[in-house]
Amino acid sequence: MSDSNKPNGLREGPDENGFFGIFGGRFVAETLMPNILALEEAYKTAKADPDFDKELAHLAKYYTGRPSPIYLAERLTEHFGGAKVYFKRDELNHTGSHKINNCLGQILLAKRMGAKRIIAETGAGQHGVAAATVAARFGLPCTVYMGAKDIERQKPNVFRMRLLGAKIVAVTQGAGTLKDAMNEALRDWVANVEDTFYIIGTAAGPHPYPMMVRDFQSIIGIEAKAQIQEEEGRLPDALVACIGGGSNAIGLFHPFLDDETVKIYGVEAGGKGLDTDEHCASLAGGEPGVLHGNRTYLLQDDDGQILEGHSISAGLDYPGIGPEHSWLKEVGRVEYVNATDNEALEAFKLCTRLEGIIPALEPSHALAYVAKLAPTMAKDQIIVMNLCGRGDKDVFAVAEILGHEI
Amino acid sequence: MTNFTTRLDAKFEQCKAEGRSALNCFVAAGDPNYDDSLKILITIADAGADIIEFGMPFSDPAAEGPTIQLAHQRALASNQTLAKTLQLVREFRKVNQDVPIVLMGYYNPIYKMGCGDFLAQAREAGVDGLIIVDLPPEADDELCLPAIENGINFIRLATPTTDAKRLPKVLQNTSGFLYYVSINGITGTVTPDFLVVEKALIPIKAATDLPIAVGFGVKTPEQAAIIAKFADGVVVGSALVNIIPSTIDENGKATDETFEQLTKLTTALKQAIIEAR
Repeated sequence: MSDSNKPNGLREGPDENGFFGIFGGRFVAETLMPNILALEEAYKTAKADPDFDKELAHLAKYYTGRPSPIYLAERLTEHFGGAKVYFKRDELNHTGSHKINNCLGQILLAKRMGAKRIIAETGAGQHGVAAATVAARFGLPCTVYMGAKDIERQKPNVFRMRLLGAKIVAVTQGAGTLKDAMNEALRDWVANVEDTFYIIGTAAGPHPYPMMVRDFQSIIGIEAKAQIQEEEGRLPDALVACIGGGSNAIGLFHPFLDDETVKIYGVEAGGKGLDTDEHCASLAGGEPGVLHGNRTYLLQDDDGQILEGHSISAGLDYPGIGPEHSWLKEVGRVEYVNATDNEALEAFKLCTRLEGIIPALEPSHALAYVAKLAPTMAKDQIIVMNLCGRGDKDVFAVAEILGHEI
Repeated sequence: MTNFTTRLDAKFEQCKAEGRSALNCFVAAGDPNYDDSLKILITIADAGADIIEFGMPFSDPAAEGPTIQLAHQRALASNQTLAKTLQLVREFRKVNQDVPIVLMGYYNPIYKMGCGDFLAQAREAGVDGLIIVDLPPEADDELCLPAIENGINFIRLATPTTDAKRLPKVLQNTSGFLYYVSINGITGTVTPDFLVVEKALIPIKAATDLPIAVGFGVKTPEQAAIIAKFADGVVVGSALVNIIPSTIDENGKATDETFEQLTKLTTALKQAIIEAR
């Protein structure tokens, strides 16, 4: 096993101002600065406090159901005819995705900071559900901002959030997707900064969010590393995860960044294809810019106006990406690829039929890339893919796309 | 602090000499379209605006309330760009050398143009100051310090969350004036408790000689008059911007009514400010 803690490795970012190379930082309105600095302090203190770790570990085990298993997808492996494909099964978590890992960490911080109210933004609704869940569990009122278009295509999650007691605010500005929901959440935060904790769902936003969300999600990679060692006695040859903002991906990737033998692939949403305007591949089709508190790759026009992305998957429908991914692209450690709507849909069907697992449309993008990668690899090689969410929420949307009436 | 004097410094000196507060008027560049936007600039300057804060349209104006969000959207829908915003300032300067222009907006369009290019053009166009909502003092190297080197004031926002510990950081590289945001919140929504605002300015005035302008939630001449009693400048934005959608024609063009109402409100605000002290 290679040394994962070597000095000057790839796991040491961000710097004290929240930068990974030129990416990240704290680009926010002055009203929020004292809060963001206080959050950073609170997080530092919590990290140094064994009780915080203990409480989070306890919740992870008994509330979320961690560790999530690592599962050899035998029939898919056979179908692809190449490398062994393992799924890291974060779709089995309580609430149905990896988002709960981060929300539990943040709600514990919110309690420590004396917050009286929780806000969150959501795209697919997975983060919204996770935020509403922890708010219910810890007895705090919760408001979730969600694009009007996403509310339409993620109805089951909207109802779940309401059942959990959250207030859902439909955001009609812009295209009514995740970017616009985040703008509205920021507006709420500025207006209610005194008593409100903003649980950001992805590894983006102003420092310390990208670092904090990554740390809370790194449990995925830490577990996967130990589990694959146990199953196979060695590290995997490749990791694959889908990327919208990139929280599930950074969670899987981060513990492996200094393991040079492990190839790492992040799969962006190719929408209707990168040769069209309708995709969400910020790294492949965007340029560095500043939005939502951080500098990162963004889909934007020549005037620096942010473009609306498109993806079949609401959870990947975001024109930016977490800053650490931007940096990992620039230093060349992670290879960022993409999968189109149609490829993701095919992978969704394939996984359901061959493994009896209905994946969310988000990790279906990751599987679409695994379908290309696995056949090019030898049969004794290993791929670990993050199956970061289950597809129950997508059943209605997929039925509509496939022309079925439910 | 800066070692140069700008049109902003001169304007605040002039207002001080006249024993009154300055009227800062906000409108968005390119709202409702380029040609009308130029006329609007000239109209409010002629009607008595001491300083004009000129919004640079952005797709994601996260600090703005609905009124100014829509102004950004109207401007972008009429194909306004940062380059055109600078061109509007250039054209305004051909007819008005007196009223300082402060560009107000978000960092990304500037970053995309390139900070060096932007500052060179802004200076040449006759821009006097910048308010960039998403560049806190922690990011001064990005644009604030280069702006000062180019003789352009960088105006910082102080807010109700700016406590004694944070204030020196906020003041450090601020010049021209300090913009006190009267509420925790977004533009054009809640009207502040003016007594609370007056009290909040006491420690800030003790910490700086810079003029202090107060904005967010100031809508009427009556409210402007209250602020003008204790602040060096009063910022009015949403109330002016609101006139545009309610008076444009079906083709999105300004009408006589647009200019009449803008003149009327600006004149009334100015009168109230003059009579306040």
